[in-house]
Amino acid sequence: MEKNERSEDTQRSCKEIFSLLSDYLDLELPAEACQEMEAHIAGCAPCVEFTRSLRKTVDLCRQYKPNEMPEPLGKNARQELLDAYRKMIAARS
Amino acid sequence: MDHFRAKIFQYSWLMCGQREDAEEVAQDTLLKVFENFNQLREPERVRPWIFRIARNACLMKRRKSMFAPAHELSLDEFLPGQIADWSALPDRQMLQTEMKQALDRAIGELPETYKSVLLMRDVEDLSTEETAQVLDLTEDTVKQRLHRARLAVRQKLDEYLRTVKAGGHRNGEE
Repeated sequence: MEKNERSEDTQRSCKEIFSLLSDYLDLELPAEACQEMEAHIAGCAPCVEFTRSLRKTVDLCRQYKPNEMPEPLGKNARQELLDAYRKMIAARS
Repeated sequence: MDHFRAKIFQYSWLMCGQREDAEEVAQDTLLKVFENFNQLREPERVRPWIFRIARNACLMKRRKSMFAPAHELSLDEFLPGQIADWSALPDRQMLQTEMKQALDRAIGELPETYKSVLLMRDVEDLSTEETAQVLDLTEDTVKQRLHRARLAVRQKLDEYLRTVKAGGHRNGEE
């Protein structure tokens, strides 16, 4: 995947891997395309490294929780929400 | 109710960028959810339905389309040169403070069109189809934006890891 002494064919394949990697990680590629990617990645150390780093990025995003929390609701706002909630429950019963 | 409100607030805060707006969006969204719950035809799709209401409330708040593609990210921007050593991060590593801050920055700096897709797909774990419905996009566009958003976040984290390995501080501060 590095832009140095690798053959043009390999570089083109790396670029294809690079463009499809999220689909691959999300299991959204057809089986045949998936197998082709795995065959390339298995023999390409830069692609192994890059795939690992993108997979880890997705894992971290899935654990991500923003720091910010809302302020506690004021009395009036809470009452307004509770009234709407009770109406919703009543309409469903 | 407080759990849903916190979730909607966090999404809105990341999208609106202002606490006051996010508080109002969370309140307005919950009210609309309760008032319109009988219109929900597929209960199993309650989460995308709620996020769609929140997304519309964000749009109303900003009075402009923050989901329009103002800044397109190109794949070529993310072609890697040197890659940091990611193997040092254990597979199930909990987010430590500095890594969390790096992720906060990476997600926060995404263009809004990409951030909204990443938040729905990876943070809220909606499917591609659900995300497309929430954001009024085609599934192909969701996939394309998600990939570029992930690449942008990966690149920022990679820069952070290389800085840490070099023993430096963020932004080269000493």
